[in-house]
Amino acid sequence: MTDQTTTTTTIDPRNPRYNKFEVMIYTRYERFWHWSQALLIFVLFVTGLGVHGTHNLLPFGLAVKIHTIAAIALVLLWIFTTFWNFTTGQWKQYLFKKGIFSVIRFYAWGILLGEPHPYKKSLQRKQNALQSLAYMTFMMIVGPALWSTGIIYLLRDLWSGYSWSGEGLYIIAYLHTAAAFVMGMFVIVHIYMTTTGKTPFHYIRTMISGYDNIELSEVEEAYIAETKTVKIRPSGPIKK
Amino acid sequence: MRHGEGVKGKALLNKNWQPRDNIRLASEGEKMPVHNLYTAFRGGAFALLLALASGTAAYAQQTEPAEKPTTTPVVESATQPAAETAPAAEATQPAAEAAPAAEAQPAAEAEPTTPPAKETAAESGPKPVTTSDSAAQNGLNTTADHSKFNALQGPFANGSEVTQACLKCHNKAGHQFMKSLHWTWNYKHPKTGQKLGKRHLVNNFCTNARGNEGMCAVCHASYNWSEETADHHFDPTVENQKNIDCLVCHDSTGKYYKTLPTRGNPACAVMFEGLPKLDLVKIAQNVALPSRANCGTCHFNGGGGDGVKHGDLDSSLKHPSRSLDVHMDEKGLNFACTKCHRTKNHMVQGSRYEMLAKDTGGTGKPGIGRDVASCESCHGNSPHPNTKILGIKLNSHTKKVACQTCHIPALARGGVATIVDWDWRTAGKLDKKGEGFQINNYHQGDGKHRHTYRSIKGDFVYGETWTKEDTERLKKKRAQAKHAQKDGEHKEEHYKYPTEDRKLLPHYAWFDGTMKYTTIDTKFDPKKQPIEINGFSGSYNDPKSRIWPFKRMHTFQPYDKGNNTLVYMQLWGNDDKAFWGNYNFDKAIAEGMRKSGIPYSGKRGFIETYSYWPTTHMVAPKEKALKCGECHSKNGRLANLTGFYMPGRDGLPLLDFVGYLILIGAFGGVILHAILRLMTRRFRKGHTHD
Repeated sequence: MTDQTTTTTTIDPRNPRYNKFEVMIYTRYERFWHWSQALLIFVLFVTGLGVHGTHNLLPFGLAVKIHTIAAIALVLLWIFTTFWNFTTGQWKQYLFKKGIFSVIRFYAWGILLGEPHPYKKSLQRKQNALQSLAYMTFMMIVGPALWSTGIIYLLRDLWSGYSWSGEGLYIIAYLHTAAAFVMGMFVIVHIYMTTTGKTPFHYIRTMISGYDNIELSEVEEAYIAETKTVKIRPSGPIKK
Repeated sequence: MRHGEGVKGKALLNKNWQPRDNIRLASEGEKMPVHNLYTAFRGGAFALLLALASGTAAYAQQTEPAEKPTTTPVVESATQPAAETAPAAEATQPAAEAAPAAEAQPAAEAEPTTPPAKETAAESGPKPVTTSDSAAQNGLNTTADHSKFNALQGPFANGSEVTQACLKCHNKAGHQFMKSLHWTWNYKHPKTGQKLGKRHLVNNFCTNARGNEGMCAVCHASYNWSEETADHHFDPTVENQKNIDCLVCHDSTGKYYKTLPTRGNPACAVMFEGLPKLDLVKIAQNVALPSRANCGTCHFNGGGGDGVKHGDLDSSLKHPSRSLDVHMDEKGLNFACTKCHRTKNHMVQGSRYEMLAKDTGGTGKPGIGRDVASCESCHGNSPHPNTKILGIKLNSHTKKVACQTCHIPALARGGVATIVDWDWRTAGKLDKKGEGFQINNYHQGDGKHRHTYRSIKGDFVYGETWTKEDTERLKKKRAQAKHAQKDGEHKEEHYKYPTEDRKLLPHYAWFDGTMKYTTIDTKFDPKKQPIEINGFSGSYNDPKSRIWPFKRMHTFQPYDKGNNTLVYMQLWGNDDKAFWGNYNFDKAIAEGMRKSGIPYSGKRGFIETYSYWPTTHMVAPKEKALKCGECHSKNGRLANLTGFYMPGRDGLPLLDFVGYLILIGAFGGVILHAILRLMTRRFRKGHTHD
């Protein structure tokens, strides 16, 4: 806390100085959301493949039971998270950002050559352009494709009497399956990307503790010191 | 109070009920929970009623003269107090006596033409001797003791005289019964308009009852069938009422049997030698509502032998265990057939000509129910718990899947095999002496042998469901029965048990409930073999259809090659035209067709046929119902059904291919990326980013 107190007195907004801090950028709810969602998606993916007939690790009935419970839990989580995103204004994090090609270029070969990451994480910008686009796709296309078809399937009793129910079932099933494959791909790449931080486990640790190394401007520092709206601690434990 | 432990009292009152204690407690105002007070009150009230009833009974017996004249026996029955029926029922104890007798002749049981009385299977050994099978299965205590009726004191020269005695009091029964399918053997299908019923149909077992009534009418509930009266035998006339056979359905002693209407070929006549003489007085005095054994007399032996026809109806249902049939379980619910096949005015519910493939009528009004022989009429349309995920799932299955499909996991599970394949082409082989013969090359689950070839019928293939554990259980049961009886009549060496596990799965299909028959008039295209004796339709998109299990019977049987129709054969008779004696198909078909006035080209061949028998009995307890994966898997039981998407079975091959490719591609891509990162690691020493 010593750094904080010394800097507060010498702010020059036109020429800000930056200091590194461990800042709580993923709040408790965000982490709860992330990890419970991760668990549910993993469970849904494994049981879903079981229901699809890809493997026989579980009896079909048990797979259906777990898949259904997990799906309902995930839908509830998403409803609550949507509420959270809008009330906290965090939904803005997922908006399209410029510079997506430089991020793609970085992961394609810049990372191999040791180039610096084209994007700097800041207090108000948690995600790079590629992340934002990926998560937006996840939340607006893949997710809805899964939950909408899933809910329609769960409510099959309401429409199984119609003459088109046979054909309808095929469409629902194929859409759900296709979206699930995309989700699977997303998860594989997403997990791999977590290893591209400073150390292979840096991002995972960040997502557990909520703290990441971020450069704060003196203004931000002063604001945080005054309002205590964001938890920070001096850069230290996560240092290289 | 001696009737406090009577049958009725036992069923209605608390097991630990102590009437006097309860009354004393209540009257002394000691603290009692409310429900105990209620029980005590109810119990006390019943005790009083029962006491009054038995008192009246005792008084009535003492005061009434033994030969008190009565205007009609109906009045007499009214004077018989209810309490009197329990001891009367105890006195009958019929089935237990019949059991050992049947057990002594295991070989005879497999004989398809053995008369009913001998067919009493007795795997369970000694039975409780307190009530008759009928009383136990129907859960009834009657208000009439038939042994006291003047009309039933005999003597009776024959069954018809018993019937005439019955009809004196049951004066509407004759009219009623003659309207039922059990009498008419004639059914006009309300939708297809086809003339069905045993009087017309050709099946793919013994092919036709028509023309062979001299034998087949043993399962027609009548007497005095003969060639001469044949034309009018089924007519619902008052004169014919004396020919009704009441006893085959209402005998509760298990000692009643019928012989064939005619003697047939001399070789067949020996079947009925040495049978005990019928005690018609005793039988008439012990009539009751039909038990499973009564119905089974014919329905367990359809197709010419025990279990031959249906695969879900055979003698093992006389004394079934819970695992064989949860409803008929002898030590449990012990349902009589008529519990589901509800009967009003002798009209029995349940038909396989026109079925309710999906019954959406529900359970009916409280206390009334519905006269429908469907699972749903008792269990409703949402029989599984709606408080559980899988319960909800299963309830939604009921729209498309018949209860039977999951709850009857396999066919012929009781140790009695069913015939799945019959080949008439090989019939007629003779031994060196020029006589017909039989080969018994199959031993079914209960250890009894079955014919695999008979000169009169051809070759048979059997199917059943049986495990080594079933054998062990049965052996143990038989050993206990032997020990209990100490009669040494059990001859374990007669039995030869299967050494391998056997399984007979049903054929599954979408079924809308309507059977369309290939009748004697139906012309078919022989190129389209196998011909369906009874075909049906149904599909996922038809709201009336559901997936049903069937026993599918496969047969090669004679047909008219010139006219492309099925044929009637003269099988039974004592002249040279009957196949069962002369082994000549040409003569048998020519005569069978001539007698019914059906044109016959004179050219015969053999045609491959299927018949379908909806499976609905031998309902397993819920823990033995099919597990989801039996159908929801790539090569599951419903692998051949089309027109709908089924998770676990179906998928779009292209979608799956692309999907797995994406997953593998993503996985491979990141692995490759990781390897590249590792390989280029040394170039970037010193460089970092965050």
